[in-house]
Amino acid sequence: MSARTAPFVRRPGHRARWFSEIGWRHLVGILAVAYAGFPLVYVVSASLADGGTLTGSNELFASVSGANYVALGGTRFWTWMANTLVVAVATGAGTVLMGAAAAYAFSRFRFSGRRVGLTALLVIQMFPQMLAFVAIFLLLISLGNVVPGLGLDSKLSLICVYLGGALGVNTFLMYGFFNTVPREIDEAAKIDGASHAQIYWTIVLRLTAPILAVVGLLSFISTFGEFIIARVLLQSEENWTLAVGLYGWVSSLQDANWGLFTAGAVVSALPVLALFLFLQKYIVGGLTAGSVKG
Amino acid sequence: MYSPVTRGSGWSPGFLVKLVLIALVDALGVYAVLAAWGAESWGVLAAMVALLLVANWAYFSKRALPLKYILPGLAFLLVYQVYVVAYTGYVAFTNYGDGHNSTKEQAIEALLVQNERRVEGSPSSPLTVVADGDTLGFAVVSPDGAVQAGTADQPLQAVDGATVDAGRVTALPGYDVLDYAAVLERQQEVTELRVPVSDDPNEGSVRTQDARTGYVFTSTLEYDAASDTMTDTTTGVTYTPNDDGQFEAADGTTLPVGWRVLVGLDNFVTAFGDDRYAGPFGKILVWTFAFAVLSVASTFLLGLFLAIAFNDARLRGRRVYRTLVILPYAIPGFLAALLWSGMLNRSYGFVNEVLLGGASIPWLTDPVLAKLAVLGVNLWLGFPYMFLICTGALQSLPTDVLEAAKIDGAGRWRTWRSITLPLLLVATAPLLISSFAFNFNNFTLIYMLTGGGPRFDDASVPLGHTDILISMVYSVSGLDGTAAKDYGLASALSIVIFVVVATISALAFRRTRSLEEIA
Repeated sequence: MSARTAPFVRRPGHRARWFSEIGWRHLVGILAVAYAGFPLVYVVSASLADGGTLTGSNELFASVSGANYVALGGTRFWTWMANTLVVAVATGAGTVLMGAAAAYAFSRFRFSGRRVGLTALLVIQMFPQMLAFVAIFLLLISLGNVVPGLGLDSKLSLICVYLGGALGVNTFLMYGFFNTVPREIDEAAKIDGASHAQIYWTIVLRLTAPILAVVGLLSFISTFGEFIIARVLLQSEENWTLAVGLYGWVSSLQDANWGLFTAGAVVSALPVLALFLFLQKYIVGGLTAGSVKG
Repeated sequence: MYSPVTRGSGWSPGFLVKLVLIALVDALGVYAVLAAWGAESWGVLAAMVALLLVANWAYFSKRALPLKYILPGLAFLLVYQVYVVAYTGYVAFTNYGDGHNSTKEQAIEALLVQNERRVEGSPSSPLTVVADGDTLGFAVVSPDGAVQAGTADQPLQAVDGATVDAGRVTALPGYDVLDYAAVLERQQEVTELRVPVSDDPNEGSVRTQDARTGYVFTSTLEYDAASDTMTDTTTGVTYTPNDDGQFEAADGTTLPVGWRVLVGLDNFVTAFGDDRYAGPFGKILVWTFAFAVLSVASTFLLGLFLAIAFNDARLRGRRVYRTLVILPYAIPGFLAALLWSGMLNRSYGFVNEVLLGGASIPWLTDPVLAKLAVLGVNLWLGFPYMFLICTGALQSLPTDVLEAAKIDGAGRWRTWRSITLPLLLVATAPLLISSFAFNFNNFTLIYMLTGGGPRFDDASVPLGHTDILISMVYSVSGLDGTAAKDYGLASALSIVIFVVVATISALAFRRTRSLEEIA
C-alpha cells in the first residue's frame, strides 16, 4: 500500500477536479459494492422470511423470523454440514502434511530422479482429477469389492480421492517457498546433531508456516465446494456433502425448498466466509502465487 | 546423500513412533491383501503387495531418505491420479458401458441366468428355506432321498446329518431352518433366490415360488466352450461372438448382454462423426471455448477496472470498499450458482420480479439468454478474484519505472498503455491461463445454474445449449441416471478436454515466458 502520490489537498473551487481525481472512485465503489452485495443481502433476507417459498422471499426483510433456521433441524442439513467439515478438514490437513513432506524432499535432498519427479508433477497437475471421474467411479467399485470402506458411498474413500490430487497442485507452491528458507539453518542444526526428521518437524515446518496455512486453507475451501466427484461417489443421503445435498433441495422443488436452502446457504457460507475474512492476507498471498478457487 | 547423525542410537521416541505407524500400515495392508485374495481381485492384490513392500523398504532402509518424505503423497497420487488418468485413457478405447459392463465370462453367465426357464415336466423336489447367518439358501430332498443344500453363491452340495420328516428337511447342521413367519417376512428374497445346481451355469438352478417346492430351471441358451458359441435351444439359432463384444446370429440379431472389448478409435469417431453426437458436440465445443474466454475477459476487465479505481491512496474508505467487493469470492461457488438459479427464475425470481418490475424474462430457459445468464453469474463470481490479483500486481509495479516515465514527460494514458498494462499482463498472464483452464471445466456453475439446459431440440441425447464439455462428459457417462451409461465415450471426451487444455496451457506458458524475457 505504498502512497505514490502526495496527499491531495482539498481547496474550494476544485469540485470538478476532485470528482475527476477521487469522486468517481467513490461512485464506482458504491456501484461495485451494490453489485457484489445485493445477492448476499437477498439471501439473508430470504432466509429470514417466514414463508419459505421463492415468491414469498422477494420483498426484502418483509418478515423476520428464524423459522427456516429451526426447520433445518428437521432435515439432514446438520449431517451434511458435519460430513463436509470432516472431509474438508481431513483433506486440508492431509494435503498440508503430504505436500510439505514432498516439497521438503525435493527442496533439500539431491537424489537421482529428482528433476524427472518435479517435471512429472508439473505434467500430472495439468490433468484435473475431476476429468477422470468415470475412472474414479470404476476404480472405487473394484476397491469396494475388496475393502468396503474404500469403495463407493464412503467418506473415507472421498478423502482418499481428494488426497490423490494433493501432491500435484500444491507441491510446487510449497517447493518454491521451501527454497527460500536458507539451507544454512538446517546445516547448523545438523552439525548440532539433529536428525533429518527433527530438522523437518521442528525447523522447516515452523519457518514455512505461512505457506502451510495458505495451502491448508485453499485445500479446505476447494474441498468444501467440490461437487462432481462427491456427487458421483456418495450415494446415500446420510453421506452427502453440503454441495450435493443443497443441490438436491434446489433441483427437486426449488420454490418450496427455497427458505430451507437460503437458511442452509447462510449457515454453510459462514465457516468459509469467516476463514476468508480473518485470513484474507494469507489467502490473497497464496492466490497471487498461483492457485485458483475451486 | 545425508546420513542422519542420531541414527543407530537405537530406540529413540521418533523410532518408536515410526515403528508403531508402520506396524499399523502393515496391519491394514495385510488385511487388504487378504481381502483382495478372498475377492479374487488380483490387480488390487498386486498393487497392495507392491505398496507394502516399497513402504517397508523405504522406512527401514538407510538408502531411501528422500522416499521417506515423498512416499505418502506419492502413493495417493499413483492410485487416485496417475492410475485413474491411465485408466481413463484405456476406457476411452473400449466400449465399456451399459450392455458391455463386464468380462466375457461374466456376460456368458449373466446371459444363461437371465434366460432360465422352468424345464417342462421336470421333477419337483420338496424344499426348505434355510439361512446361513444372514444368507438365505435352499435345502432340497432329491427323489433318491439324498439331502442337498446351497446358497446363491454356493452351488448345491450333499449334506450329511439332516433330519428329514415327511420327505422334507426339518433340521440341517450348519444352517438354521426358517419357519413360516420368517419366510413370509423375506418373501421377495425367497422367490428371487436362485441356487445353482453346480458350478457349470449350463446345468441351471433351483428356484421356488411357494417356499415348499423347488423346480430346476435351466437356461434356454446353451454355451459351448469348445466352439465358443451360444445356442438357443428353443429356436436352434446359433450365436457367435463378434468384434463388438456381443454374441451375434447369422441374421445380425445380438444377445442383450455383451462384454467390453477394445474398439480402437470408435469413441472418438462417434464424438466427431456420429449423427447423434457430432452436432451437439460441435456446438458444445464452440460454446465451451466462448464461455471460458469470455469469462476470463469479462472478469479480468471488471476486476482490473475496480483495481485501478481503488488504487489511490487518497481514496477514503478503500479498505471497506475492497473488503465488501471481494465478498462474492468468499462464498463457495456452488452456493452462489444455486442462489442465482433461484434469483433468475422466470416466474418468481428476484431479478424479474423486483429488479425488472415484474417482467417475465426466461433467463434460464431461452438459449441465448441462458448463455448470457451463465456469463453474468460467472462475472459476479469471478471478478473479485481478478480484482485481488490486479490490485496485487498494481501495487508491486516498480515505482522507479513509473517515475522515469513521468520525468520523460509521458502523460497518464501513455504511461498506462506503455508501462502499466504490459507489466500487469506479464504478472497476471499465468493466472489468466489457470483461470481459463478452470472455467473450461467449470462444471459446478453450469450444472447448478442451468443443468446444461435448455435442451437441444434436434438432439436425441440429453444435452443442451449451455452444456460445456465437462458437463457433456457427465451426461454421456450416464452416472446421473438420465441416459444409458457409456463410459467409453465419456472417457474419450475427457481425453479431448485434456488435450485441449494441456495444449493451450503449454502454448500460453511458452508465450508468457517469452513475454517475460522481453520485459
